[in-house]
Amino acid sequence: MNALKFAAAALVASTAFAGTAIARDQIQIAGSSTVLPYASIVAEAFGENFSFPTPVVESGGSGAGRKKLCEGVGENTIDIANSSSRIKQSDIDLCASNGVAEIQEVRIGYDGIVFASDINGESFAFTPADWYNALAAKVVKDGALVDNTAKTWADVNPDLPAQDILAFIPGTKHGTREVFDVKVLEAGCEATGAEEAFKAAGDEKAKGCTALRTDGASVDIDGDYTETLARIDANKNAIGVFGLSFYENNTDKLQVATMSGVNPSTETIASGEYPVSRPLYFYVKNAHLGVIPGLQEYIEFFVSDEIAGPDGPLAAYGLVSDPELAKTQEMVASRTPMGPLN
Amino acid sequence: MTDTTADTATAAGHPKAGSLYQVSERTRRRHAAEQRFRMMGLAAVTFSILALLGLMTSILSNGLSSFHQTYVTMEVFLDPAKLDKKGNRNPEDIAKITTFTIQPLIQAALAETMEARGIAVEGVNAKKAVELISKEAPAQLRHFVLDNPEVIGQSVTFDLLASGRIDGYYKGRVSMESAALDRNISPEQLVLADQLKAAGILESRFNWSFFTAPDASDTRPEAAGLGVAILGSAYMMLIVLVLALPIGVAASIYLEEFAPQNRWTDMIEVNIANLAAVPSIVFGILGLAIFINFVGLPQSAPIVGGLVLTLMTLPTIIIATRAALKAVPPSINDAALGIGASKMQAIFHHVLPLAAPGILTGTIIGLAQALGETAPLLLIGMVAFVREYPGAPPEGFFDPASALPVQVYNWTQRGDPAFFERASGAIIVLLVFLVIMNAVAILLRRRFERRW
Repeated sequence: MNALKFAAAALVASTAFAGTAIARDQIQIAGSSTVLPYASIVAEAFGENFSFPTPVVESGGSGAGRKKLCEGVGENTIDIANSSSRIKQSDIDLCASNGVAEIQEVRIGYDGIVFASDINGESFAFTPADWYNALAAKVVKDGALVDNTAKTWADVNPDLPAQDILAFIPGTKHGTREVFDVKVLEAGCEATGAEEAFKAAGDEKAKGCTALRTDGASVDIDGDYTETLARIDANKNAIGVFGLSFYENNTDKLQVATMSGVNPSTETIASGEYPVSRPLYFYVKNAHLGVIPGLQEYIEFFVSDEIAGPDGPLAAYGLVSDPELAKTQEMVASRTPMGPLN
Repeated sequence: MTDTTADTATAAGHPKAGSLYQVSERTRRRHAAEQRFRMMGLAAVTFSILALLGLMTSILSNGLSSFHQTYVTMEVFLDPAKLDKKGNRNPEDIAKITTFTIQPLIQAALAETMEARGIAVEGVNAKKAVELISKEAPAQLRHFVLDNPEVIGQSVTFDLLASGRIDGYYKGRVSMESAALDRNISPEQLVLADQLKAAGILESRFNWSFFTAPDASDTRPEAAGLGVAILGSAYMMLIVLVLALPIGVAASIYLEEFAPQNRWTDMIEVNIANLAAVPSIVFGILGLAIFINFVGLPQSAPIVGGLVLTLMTLPTIIIATRAALKAVPPSINDAALGIGASKMQAIFHHVLPLAAPGILTGTIIGLAQALGETAPLLLIGMVAFVREYPGAPPEGFFDPASALPVQVYNWTQRGDPAFFERASGAIIVLLVFLVIMNAVAILLRRRFERRW
């Protein structure tokens, strides 16, 4: 009995000790590995230019970051979640049930997704339909859905080189995959008429559009872009899916393919001509503003013209700056929480 | 089995005289089998040595270059019009200057230096030329000016880091051909770098900052260092040592010398052996649930990492300690008891000192294992971008920090190829620490262990 009492006392003491010992003065950020390089660039510049300490930026994935944000309010929960996709209703519900009432949604800019191959190989000019016909499990042939048997890119589209189809695409845990599914596969599905065929066959939501062939022509990469690059290095025939900023840091090893005739660049993505892009966000817990020192300054600094503007370091690293940045700046300054998802 | 072979041997018949000079068929077969086994053993050893050599060569050839770094040494005029607009040298006003205002000063300084030395390359204007210098440089200048406000208005000589691509050029990572395709550097800029090198402005030096500097963001691999990671790892090892050694030794002594032999102690023993085999990530999940969510300790802190690694190391230490205690002959214990020592005196005065080398060896090997562990740290938020050094202990245990294997993991994920070199360099540092720890363990065993 005595030992039990002692153990309980020790636990209480350690809790109290921990509570007093951590008046946290560093901003804690977690989330998307796509946003991580941008967030660390800003964190570094923030630490250099303000008297606040440099924020700690963790990666771990968009979904995990949002979940952590919604764990509750208090100093042992994170302040900001980076996310490469928009917050989901389930996250908002989780937040609400844990007492996290107000969240700010800050869009920092756009990220382009590019298709690149070995620099010494053939050049490619794709359309979403080519990708769908090359990678989907079922394609439309003479008006009927049949199994995909295309072997080379030339089988898919005579204008493409007769090179074996081998694509390294991001695994399903990546936010990038979602964009690939929606902007490339589903677009191609619609363009080739497969979507209608699926619907006609009773697949109401045309789920078959994103079902990929399993004969090895499409390989999921669960690691990061460095792994995709290494795989392309070992297999010169392959085509990989990368973020624009990663490609821009490796232009001596990779050549990029055009999509629907548009070359990916910060300009074509900003203008919306290049179709495969997505917005990047971070989510701020409003209850921590004014509690964690420097949090308000950090988010204002992040969206300032010096940083997130078209001539700032983020754009130089490959982020496509948001044309509506001024609106975001206003929103951040007035601490406007996000409304319900539409 | 042996009988039958003996029988067949006799049945086959020994040579009549049983001559030792004439090798029988059976002996030849036995010799051949032995020869084959030896060859297989040799092949296995050769294979492992080759694998180790391959690994070491690849790490060393990729990583050794990270211990050298290219620097640009030049005078920078600290323009008061830019740095102290009001002219009152008020530290608060000076603190408001940003790295964005300092960048033009560096650009002007480099342009001036080039003009004074008569260095010019066609197609490289001042804006292009300053790309040779790391983006870390403005931060370095700002820091210097804030610490020494009196230097405003003077010209000061600085050692500035060259950018990652220029550094890579002198390490063979970047070539004229690759630069022609590279968006971040042009061949003209490399020509300029060569001219600056010939003029003695640009030079390669030993990279001390690799061991002291904190991590840097993706745009400046040249500035990234292991300072925070080494400190974080050291803090965690300290916590593991301070907690795991006494708890482990106390548990072992109790189990070995005092505990009654019954079902409970048997169960505890089995569980300790099982715990030693539990995958380390499980301890990370435990740490997240108990230390962060329940006790409320901060994220990314060495204290949590240390506690988790303590849990992970304890079984190793307990098993090693118990083996060391068992190895002490019971006669020592009996003799001490026989001349009237209490059980505790016998253990602490006689058994424990004799078992100490074995205990320390086990502890050091457990620590070495904990030093290289990444998986449990992933879950407690230590796999992160951390630039601030943790404070002095004990408060520093609660500050965010990184760890050596985490830094390796982080750097291999970054887009800029310069980080690959850094990661290999960090592996070398980690391996050196591990080799030192293991060498100490072997030394202790050699010097103090007694054989009975």
